[in-house]
Amino acid sequence: MGMTFAEKLLARKASLDHVVPGQIVFVEPDYLLSHDNTSAIVGKVVDLLDQYGVANPDRHIIVLDHVVPAASEKHAKGHKVIREYVKKFGIRHFYDVGRGICHQVVLEEGFATPGSLIVGSDSHTCSYGAVGCFATGIDRTEAAALLLTGKTWFKVPSSIKITVTGSLPKHVSAKDFILQIIADLGADGAGYKSVEFHGETHNLSLDDRITIANMGIEMGAKAAVFPVDELAEEYLLQIGVTPDRYDSLWADEDASYERAFHYELNSIQPRIAKPHAVDNGARVDDVAGLKIDQCLLGTCTNGRVRDFHEAAEILKGKHVHPDVRLLLLPASNAILNTLIQDGTLQILIAAGSVLLPTGCGPCLGAHQGALAPGERCLSTSNRNFKGRMGCAESEIYLASPATIAASAVKGCISDPRNIEMEAKQ
Amino acid sequence: MKVWFYGDLDGINTDMLFPGKYTYTCSTAEEILPHLLEDLDSQFASNVQSGDLIFAGSNFGCGSSREQPVLGLKAVGVEAVVAKSFARIFYRAAVNQGLILIECPKAVEAYKDGSRVEFDPNSGTISVDGSVFTFPTLPPEIIAIRDAGGLLAYTDAVLKRKKD
Repeated sequence: MGMTFAEKLLARKASLDHVVPGQIVFVEPDYLLSHDNTSAIVGKVVDLLDQYGVANPDRHIIVLDHVVPAASEKHAKGHKVIREYVKKFGIRHFYDVGRGICHQVVLEEGFATPGSLIVGSDSHTCSYGAVGCFATGIDRTEAAALLLTGKTWFKVPSSIKITVTGSLPKHVSAKDFILQIIADLGADGAGYKSVEFHGETHNLSLDDRITIANMGIEMGAKAAVFPVDELAEEYLLQIGVTPDRYDSLWADEDASYERAFHYELNSIQPRIAKPHAVDNGARVDDVAGLKIDQCLLGTCTNGRVRDFHEAAEILKGKHVHPDVRLLLLPASNAILNTLIQDGTLQILIAAGSVLLPTGCGPCLGAHQGALAPGERCLSTSNRNFKGRMGCAESEIYLASPATIAASAVKGCISDPRNIEMEAKQ
Repeated sequence: MKVWFYGDLDGINTDMLFPGKYTYTCSTAEEILPHLLEDLDSQFASNVQSGDLIFAGSNFGCGSSREQPVLGLKAVGVEAVVAKSFARIFYRAAVNQGLILIECPKAVEAYKDGSRVEFDPNSGTISVDGSVFTFPTLPPEIIAIRDAGGLLAYTDAVLKRKKD
């Protein structure tokens, strides 16, 4: 019997020939990611770190992104503790305020490589499955122990196979696709499992794959992963990751899956997740006309160049509705720089949007863009949980960049395909 | 011993257990406790007592990797959380803090207001009003972490052994 991607990868990392779902393996992750929570992580083991040091300082990546620039003295103190830790233990892979959202930075800096294993004290660490990396979230205590030992354990997950054919229609994006999958499988439909994408995945861009892998956790997945094809190799090469730096692997043809699904991408329609659960899905058409107060375009889910291009295509020459605030949250300073250079930012600012510093703040209600009771926000982020944007009496709907751009113009939830039809008329 | 029953609610997420807006300003038990379950049950934080149990639906603890809910529940002395199922990162966080989680849909369904509950995490049995149900126990490698008092105590012992 062949092995799935997850089985093969964990077998390799544990130096075993074969593993089966349910088996416990002990492994050394290639990297450990932490962000603003590094101060809390380090704070748990101050004495032990002084005694034993950091097991592998070059394997610890730190990106300050969650509440940046610091929103208060307390946040600033946390950042200061992290900078002191970085100096004291010689952490080379440290990215201070303004570099970007941790997951985008890990990808852009070439840490996430095919066939590698990354853990992060953030649930959206699963994003790196886009480049064939087994990546998953852990808690702060696990991260603290990893600093000291460099080792951890995993239960080998069973796997789900999702085969795709065709390509996505205009104004329909990877976000609509993953929202459809989560609505079908449910918020725990992939609980404890590894989700593999098969078939005509070459029709999905790397940005698409990152969006999809990023939301794997929203159906409970331990990992969500794509095969490494020419497109992925090209992407890696562009960011300076040459093929000699990785050893990619993929599932055997005769691997065994717990469940299998097939999606025809041409038939995907604009989707939305209604409050207060990501699997509370509907078609955009089903909720069209619902008034909105705020739109958030960006985040680690949809804050890449193509996402802003899709929005700019719709917003060009138009203006955001007077009752709506459109916030832009690019996923990194490199992305922001591209948007400045290619004129996209000018289009979006002229349309009346507000540019926020690259980071996570509004997505988790920690910093900027908070909502008031009774307000409704349409967001490209990955979670619409009650209270997620700072107020339990507000509502969050999740959608694609195109849907958000079209809705921001109209002042209510709108199908992006209709905006184009109106323009033609 | 009081049972806090949310067995009819699936997908109780980490934002409901501990709102995201507090994640970078509250990390000690003292800071966490007033906000525990704030957006789920406003009565919980001020009334929970050591030895209490929580009953919940499926996918308990889904969402963020934040561990404050686990730290908080452990600190107030919640004896165990009984749920139809748990989200992965939350489960791992609970092992790492030595908090007992019992995955048993039948026990959740059998519970009625005032039911008598007894359980043994080592044998994997829970009884509700005398009806006995079984639940999966942890693998021995992981019980070692829980029994050491959590992952940091376990790691401390491992490092000491290595040094000696």
